Amino acid sequence: MKSLLPIALVLIASTAYGIWYQRTRGRVVVKDRKDKAGQITARMIGAELGPRVTVVQFSSAFCTPCRATRALLSDVTAGMDDVKYVEIDAEEQLELVRTLDIRSTPTTLFVDRNGQEVGRAMGAPKRAQVLTAISAIR
Amino acid sequence: MVQNTNNSKIKVTPIIIDARGPRFGAVITSIVLATALATNNVWVIVAQAIVFAIGAIKGPQFTPYAFIFKSLVKPRLKKSGATEDVRPPQFAQTVGLLFALTAAVGSFAGLELVFTIAVGFALAAAFLNAAFNFCLGCEIYLLLLRARSK
Repeated sequence: MKSLLPIALVLIASTAYGIWYQRTRGRVVVKDRKDKAGQITARMIGAELGPRVTVVQFSSAFCTPCRATRALLSDVTAGMDDVKYVEIDAEEQLELVRTLDIRSTPTTLFVDRNGQEVGRAMGAPKRAQVLTAISAIR
Repeated sequence: MVQNTNNSKIKVTPIIIDARGPRFGAVITSIVLATALATNNVWVIVAQAIVFAIGAIKGPQFTPYAFIFKSLVKPRLKKSGATEDVRPPQFAQTVGLLFALTAAVGSFAGLELVFTIAVGFALAAAFLNAAFNFCLGCEIYLLLLRARSK
């Protein structure tokens, strides 16, 4: 089977996936508010919810963008008294990971004061995307 | 307000390396894997498996590709680049090693299709890393944990 066909197939498929990957990573997807499974409690995340917004980041050890995401979210939320930032090691909270259907790291959840997940970003978000997501929550 | 959760593996002080090293390694790896796929030569994949094994066991900063990066490429780059924890690329090298071993065993057993599919997946991962800065550990590690503990 000395042929260039396998290489061509692999490169075409991975390029298509790669373009989709780069376009979707970091994008904050707004969640349907009626989704009851998205209810997050202080007990689940091991910390009290923020007065207006809680930003919950799921990380893992084998994740390069998790560090950058932690630095960004810490920095953005540091000056906001009504916003709380919590980072969770996904590996240690597999039950929670399954409940919330976290599939990759970093995954960031934007949670309102009632514990309702209103937005979710897979991959490292940009500063503007984080600010927009936080300011959209009342 | 920043609240940190305790003690976990994501918080240990990591070994930090130049992130361009593993990315350069992924470019070379892609070329080697494409060569293996084009020639169907099992010895190319055996050589790559040895490189993967060094990266997986000792660390990605100790592979021959990392040596080429440090001695030939890095001195020619102007600015210092982004850094990263060694563990994500080390994880990717481990996955690469598993695919390379599968391909080699398949080839020695006369299973051409196993060789082609295993090398194809390894090439996809290496190419995605090289071209799109794809993070394999980010995408598959949680899925593996979830599948294992069901």
